[in-house]
Amino acid sequence: MRIRLKVWRQESGDDAGKMVSYLLENVNPDMSFLEMLDTLNEQLLQEGSRPVEFDHDCREGICGQCGVMINGRAHGPLLHTTTCQLHMRVFKDNEEIFIEPFRAIAFPVKCDLKIDRTAFDRVIQSGGFIAVNTGQAPEANSIPIGSPEIEAAFDAAACIGCGACVAVCKNSSAALFTSAKISHLALLPQGAIEAQDRVIRMVDQMDKEGFGHCSNTEACEAECPQEISVLHIARMNWEYNKAQVLKK
Amino acid sequence: MLDAKIPDGPLEEKWNHYKAHAKLVNPANRKKLDVIVVGAGLAGSSIAASLGEMGYRVKSFCFQDTPRRAHSVAAQGGVNACKNYKNDGDSVYRMFYDTIKGGDFRAREGNVYRLAECSANLIDQAVAQGVPFGREYGGYLNNRSFGGVQVSRTFYARGQTGQQLLLGAYQALMRQVGAGAVQLFARHEMLDLVVVDGKARGIIVRNMDTGEIERHGAHAVVLATGGFGKIYYLSTLAMGCNGSAIWRAHKRGAYMASPSWTQIHPTSLPQSGEYQSKLTLMSESLRNDGRIWVPKHKGEQRLPNQVPEEERDYYLERRYPAFGNLSPRDIASRAAKERIDAGYGVGPLKNGVYLDFSKAIKDQGEDKIRKKYGNLFRMYEKMTGVNAYQEPMRISPSAHFSMGGLWVDYELMTTIPGLFALGEANFADHGANRLGANSLLQASIDGYFIAPYTMANYLADEIKTGPIDIRHAAFAAAEETVQTQLRHLLAIQGNLGADYFHKTLGKILYDKCGLTRSREGLEAAIKEITALREQFYQHLYVPGGYAINSELEKAGRVADYLELGELMCYDALTRNESCGAHFRVEYQTPDGEAMRNDQDFSFISAWEWAGVNKTPQLHKEPLHFEFVTPTVRSYK
Repeated sequence: MRIRLKVWRQESGDDAGKMVSYLLENVNPDMSFLEMLDTLNEQLLQEGSRPVEFDHDCREGICGQCGVMINGRAHGPLLHTTTCQLHMRVFKDNEEIFIEPFRAIAFPVKCDLKIDRTAFDRVIQSGGFIAVNTGQAPEANSIPIGSPEIEAAFDAAACIGCGACVAVCKNSSAALFTSAKISHLALLPQGAIEAQDRVIRMVDQMDKEGFGHCSNTEACEAECPQEISVLHIARMNWEYNKAQVLKK
Repeated sequence: MLDAKIPDGPLEEKWNHYKAHAKLVNPANRKKLDVIVVGAGLAGSSIAASLGEMGYRVKSFCFQDTPRRAHSVAAQGGVNACKNYKNDGDSVYRMFYDTIKGGDFRAREGNVYRLAECSANLIDQAVAQGVPFGREYGGYLNNRSFGGVQVSRTFYARGQTGQQLLLGAYQALMRQVGAGAVQLFARHEMLDLVVVDGKARGIIVRNMDTGEIERHGAHAVVLATGGFGKIYYLSTLAMGCNGSAIWRAHKRGAYMASPSWTQIHPTSLPQSGEYQSKLTLMSESLRNDGRIWVPKHKGEQRLPNQVPEEERDYYLERRYPAFGNLSPRDIASRAAKERIDAGYGVGPLKNGVYLDFSKAIKDQGEDKIRKKYGNLFRMYEKMTGVNAYQEPMRISPSAHFSMGGLWVDYELMTTIPGLFALGEANFADHGANRLGANSLLQASIDGYFIAPYTMANYLADEIKTGPIDIRHAAFAAAEETVQTQLRHLLAIQGNLGADYFHKTLGKILYDKCGLTRSREGLEAAIKEITALREQFYQHLYVPGGYAINSELEKAGRVADYLELGELMCYDALTRNESCGAHFRVEYQTPDGEAMRNDQDFSFISAWEWAGVNKTPQLHKEPLHFEFVTPTVRSYK
């Protein structure tokens, strides 16, 4: 198949950047989206031009490194699918595809489609953990946790930190990302002890990083490749309010 | 003579004895000691976090943009531990025996026993961190069975066990970063090791965003940089996985052990075209309920569901009735290759075999199968467009795990004092074949429970050293080596990208140093790789400059692969036996099983770098079996 691309090119963080058109003949429908970009880069290399920089690593949907806006949608047209798992069979012959980086104030563009998502690390550093040192753990089965409870915690813990939720949000809010970690840990007896302190610190850090507020459009859930539910945001708000009231 | 420093005494007392007598560093002195940890997967994050908690000054480096993306994240099936929660006869000894037998008696008894001994503790640690392992309805932890064993000792978190264990370690690490105990350097790639007066004293790294070259000094350096299976180009590994950190340490004097022992995983998705960049892994856990088969007739044209039962060859069940579809990976992969090479392969390129769930779905119902493997079936459908509830999956073998790596002693220290290697980056515990769900285990155990003790034993003698001076001539020389190489790669200005050389090397290795090897093939491979390396330095094209430049990163890694690949062939060539993943066609039984030679090859091959285009030097570490008797490994 033939694909007409419009790709965001930006030399560096300071550069203004612009959309550039490329034409790809002979795209195989079984190619993944990133393999299609590999093919573009191969072509650019042959022409002696600089290939397109884009984030990717595991290419099986779990590392969370890849992610671009494809025709205005985070990770492209399919639901619950990362960019690397998207295949060209989804597109039509001669289709025009717009590719842009995930955009947010807290995610500055570094080069072309590559962005800086270290803000997420700092949100986790502020409290997204259970404070247990190596060696302190009791026997695992001494903390029984019901199967439904562990499954609910898992649904939140499944977040891959790709940032699609932020990119798709009109406020560039990180509420879904932050709440997934708060929920994962608050739902477990091991994590409940620090829940109060954790939620205040993480929400504060989220604000400091320049992420916007949540205005309940639920676009994040719609685009999340891991199907993280917006109900976690409700839990975060509940935990936050509870913590503020009970704060000593 | 290589000394593995295995403590004397009975097997079950060795590690306790070591811990009771190892030197300690008192808490007040720890803050005078700097440690560098390269790699932030399960092994790297766990050691960096643990050392930070103890009070050492730690710097953690990784090439990813955050440690949470390290490739441990992709491990699916589970992690082994001999908790014996199933009351099915598991014990430390049983797990030790399964692992050493699974490795075809090519690992150290002392190391393997310690791995089994510490396994139970890891589950405790992970649960305390909030890792959501699967549970029974009563609230207690659940287990599943995995290849190569007859008990259920595998703990799992859906099909994302690696992700959850890594996030546990990552969160522990982030906690230390937030507390100021660990400094994090993401998007930094180690390009050289600095050795001062025979000791590892630091590293040279490149900031992959700005292109700046930096020097970092420390009293000890840990390499936890994972495996180098990506050398085959098509593999189950992430695109960024590489062997550069360990290879550059090797060139500074650290020995490489058994580099040719690469696990070829039996259940990955088959290649579908030349453009392909990786082969996605489907968890081995699928073999618990999936049955593997090929048609009995060559050139079968019917769709899989139309092939009647009696015309299907369930070749693993046929050849290995005792273990059947749960035969260990090396055996399952080789059996698949045998059928594919004989012309029974399935799919458009005839390069796969079927993994069929129809019987399990009939027996247990689709819901139960969906609950166990739903995310894997969904992933399969995303990748291939095929619904595996309705027709069998197509799978094929793919390069996966490096049993080989830097040679380390019982303390996980390489031949360079002060340089430690943890997790997949070392060669230690899996022998010639790793059992499923033992990689997450080994990475975690090394980082949480072994290195914190053995590194203290080393660092106890460093408290009077004082800060490491990065103005030392050795730092300047190493930096110059790095700068020269980068300049050189950029200056060649040929017409072929790094991927071309990587793919070509991968093909050579798959054909001649893959699932089967022969003297003739390996000798040819060494010549082909030497020639390819010459071409590389004549025709490589790296566009762009020093700042963000993926092509420059790839070129540096491929330059290292072109040397490492050659060493793999030497390693395979000198081992005139078949064991585990290493199958030399000259050494097989009449029915095609591996023929080990304990008389002449019961040793670990440890290689010393001799220089480019020079034959590397082989050192042998003899393996002693005091507690088990190596037997012919049979799964029949």
